[in-house]
Amino acid sequence: MKIRNRNEGVKQEVNMTAMIDIVFLLLIFFVMTFKIAEMEGDFSVRMPLADSSGGAVDNTDLPIKLRLRADGQGRLTAMELNEVQLGTNIERLQSMVLGLVGGTAPSEAAGEGPEVEIDTDYNLRYEHVIDAISAVSGYKQGDRTVQLIERIKFAKPRR
Amino acid sequence: MRIKSRKDEVSEIDLTPMIDMVFNLIAFFMVLINFSQSEANDRVVLPKSVLVKPPEEALEFPIVLHVAPDGEIIVGGEGYTIDTLRIAFNRELSVIEAEGKKPADANVIIRAHKDTAAGDVQEVIRVAQEQKFERFALRAKEDRS
Repeated sequence: MKIRNRNEGVKQEVNMTAMIDIVFLLLIFFVMTFKIAEMEGDFSVRMPLADSSGGAVDNTDLPIKLRLRADGQGRLTAMELNEVQLGTNIERLQSMVLGLVGGTAPSEAAGEGPEVEIDTDYNLRYEHVIDAISAVSGYKQGDRTVQLIERIKFAKPRR
Repeated sequence: MRIKSRKDEVSEIDLTPMIDMVFNLIAFFMVLINFSQSEANDRVVLPKSVLVKPPEEALEFPIVLHVAPDGEIIVGGEGYTIDTLRIAFNRELSVIEAEGKKPADANVIIRAHKDTAAGDVQEVIRVAQEQKFERFALRAKEDRS
């Protein structure tokens, strides 16, 4: 029987060119469509339409009123928490909320506890509203988030 | 002088390491590609907040509203104003009711641009409340700085 010398054998060569073409196309496609996903999250707000039978509302639990004022360009000019002037200092707002709700807020069950009503000028920029919501709903302590007020509602829009 | 015969010298580049790397790159981009970007809108730059975290589980019946800086509301790729937004909500409501759920079970996700007038967002919420929606999610970008 004749056995072929394998060392001498025909060198099998696959033509890589076609594959590399496709692979580079794929690579370019993925590089072009790649977009760093920004982490997004929500402030959950439960706001049923206030019905006219407002008499049933428990008045012992009055909402904390936060009034936000804006200038013509939509910049924040003043904040008032329960009629106390706070200027535009978000930290002051937070420390005042902390004083109002104290350390009780984290122990309360979800959906309970104090409520804040945000009453804002119509043309105030939305980012200031989010800043204010961030300040009243909690703060970061290292990696931990301390909850302050979970219930948020909006007053009627001012035209 | 001795000249080497060129015949034997077949110049061959070893492609294996390159292909390895290229496949690695493709695998990397394939894993990271995010098709859920369709939820985003180019006109909307979200405000930042240190408190928000990506939700651990998806919200039930999400209705995503984009609010552009000029107050236009984009739902499912179509633009609406405050006055016509009810049409969009009615369409969503019929889907929710067809599945035997109530509007209160749905989550209205509001992705408003950071420079939008706060009143426009409030108006959107008011229109949604009139359609018996109760749950709202104000979306913001996670601020890690």
